[in-house]
Amino acid sequence: MTVENDPVTLIREKALWMRRTAFRMVHKAQLGHPGGDFSAIDVMATLYFGVMNYDPSRPDWAERDRFIMSKGHATGALYTALCAAGYYPEDWLETYMQPKSLLNGHPNRNYLPGIETNTGPLGHGFPVALGIAIAGQISGADYRTFVLTGDGEQQEGSNWEAAMTAGHRKLENLTLIIDRNRLQQGQGTEQTAGLDPLDDKYRAFGFHVEMVDGHDVAALLGLLSASPKGRGKPLCIIANTVKGKGVSFMENQASWHHGVPNAEQFAKAMEELV
Amino acid sequence: MAAPAATKEGLRDCRDAWAATIVDLAANDPRIVAVVNDSIGSSKLGGFQKQFPDRLVNVGIAEQCMVGVGAGLANGGKIPFVSAASCFLTGRSLEQVKADIAYAGFNVKLVGQSSGVAYGELGATHHSIEDFAWLRPLTQITVIVPADAWETAEAVKWAAGHEGPVYLRLSRMPVPDLAVENRVFRPGKAETLRAGSDVTLIANGTISHIALAASDLLAAEGINARVLNMATLNPLDEEAVLAAAEETGAIVTAEEASIRGGLGGAVAELTSAHRPVPVERVGFPGFLPTGSVEWLFNEYGLTPEGIATRAKLSLQRSGK
Repeated sequence: MTVENDPVTLIREKALWMRRTAFRMVHKAQLGHPGGDFSAIDVMATLYFGVMNYDPSRPDWAERDRFIMSKGHATGALYTALCAAGYYPEDWLETYMQPKSLLNGHPNRNYLPGIETNTGPLGHGFPVALGIAIAGQISGADYRTFVLTGDGEQQEGSNWEAAMTAGHRKLENLTLIIDRNRLQQGQGTEQTAGLDPLDDKYRAFGFHVEMVDGHDVAALLGLLSASPKGRGKPLCIIANTVKGKGVSFMENQASWHHGVPNAEQFAKAMEELV
Repeated sequence: MAAPAATKEGLRDCRDAWAATIVDLAANDPRIVAVVNDSIGSSKLGGFQKQFPDRLVNVGIAEQCMVGVGAGLANGGKIPFVSAASCFLTGRSLEQVKADIAYAGFNVKLVGQSSGVAYGELGATHHSIEDFAWLRPLTQITVIVPADAWETAEAVKWAAGHEGPVYLRLSRMPVPDLAVENRVFRPGKAETLRAGSDVTLIANGTISHIALAASDLLAAEGINARVLNMATLNPLDEEAVLAAAEETGAIVTAEEASIRGGLGGAVAELTSAHRPVPVERVGFPGFLPTGSVEWLFNEYGLTPEGIATRAKLSLQRSGK
């Protein structure tokens, strides 16, 4: 295998481009949620460039794999992923959060191809992903459904409603990925309304649970690309991540949840993101 | 003046019409699925479950999840009918209705059962009199409030064929079918139950029958009331409302709902902006005490006499 066609190398390259591009968008708009973008980007690059089956020229293709960005504020990650996946040209990213932009602060499926549902209020993506997976179960379709939630987002009760039914229906075509960066908007999750032991909780709800370093692309690729057939359970991947991953002064800082860079910070981040 | 519309003999439960129609539709369209919150019995979906066990999705007592699942099923190519007591369907999962259904624009049909004060004695938690006000600003959702079993069946059929979100607000009060000649279901259009030029009574749901009876009382006093069955609340038939204001000069609205933000609110908003006339709103003022449906209707004037009295008040206010 050459470097050019090594999937891990490709995913890392895409992730680097996504981080640099997302931070440029946030810097220009002086709005956004870069900390959560950066914690999620390696998972998303793995999905879009190593795992999922989709065709950007046919966003409504019935058999496509679905990705639901439940933590809808992380549009820096989502919009760059969809752009890199070929859903729309790069210059669209320049309009991020400008008046009447299709790149709204939170994703809208009616604005952009490739977005599966509108999110923003937390706790919405998992039930919708559950419905997509049930539709596939009813139809006997082969597509897979992936939903990414924040970890603080797990405090929303609607997730646990969805978890109950997903476990009950043994939906092996459904994968829940939790971006476990351990920080919510104001402080740590364990200082707010603690989530641990999150793995035991999902096991108790009937999931097969895997814990993984959410920035270890090779490990993510192995877990996410494994066939779900015969597992007989939905999969929950707890991706242990670092909020602000990739930029030294942003890492593990809750203030970068929706912090935006000044010119100096932007320049420093660009120096680090290489 | 046209003769008052008579009603056919025989009372029919709108829920039976819903249940029979959804089974018929599902038999011909594999995309149709039902989603419930442990509400199979109250939604009268036992027959559906028996015939299409794989297409009945019961998420348990979890309304937020239920509505989100509806959106997801639509994403997966299904035509979901999400059926639950309207108080929980709209209240508990209002943000899902807003974000996942209206804003996302999924082809989901929300079916509110036992609406209004059907659960009279159970109290305000179980009354669904706020749903009109909650859903009216969500202009992407077509809101239909059928008056009888015939209109319920027609509305369900129409909703299945319509690409877009719909809220069907069903009654559990048995009523006869309105006797309208050559009746055609026209979503978004008021149905004239009686012609008249002195005052207009605008109602929806099974209250249309009471408005019609009120027009009989008014006719006996020489007052010719126009009666409109406004089955579609969203979008409102503005042409019919403004014509009523222009041609009759006084309006009474009557609904099994709060007088704030529902049919009465919609009519008052429209007329005050474009053709101000007295608008008397018959309905409920807020949280209600315990009582049977009949008691509550009597107490709050949702009766032929109550509506007729308000019609005469509107005439006084109009200076006629």
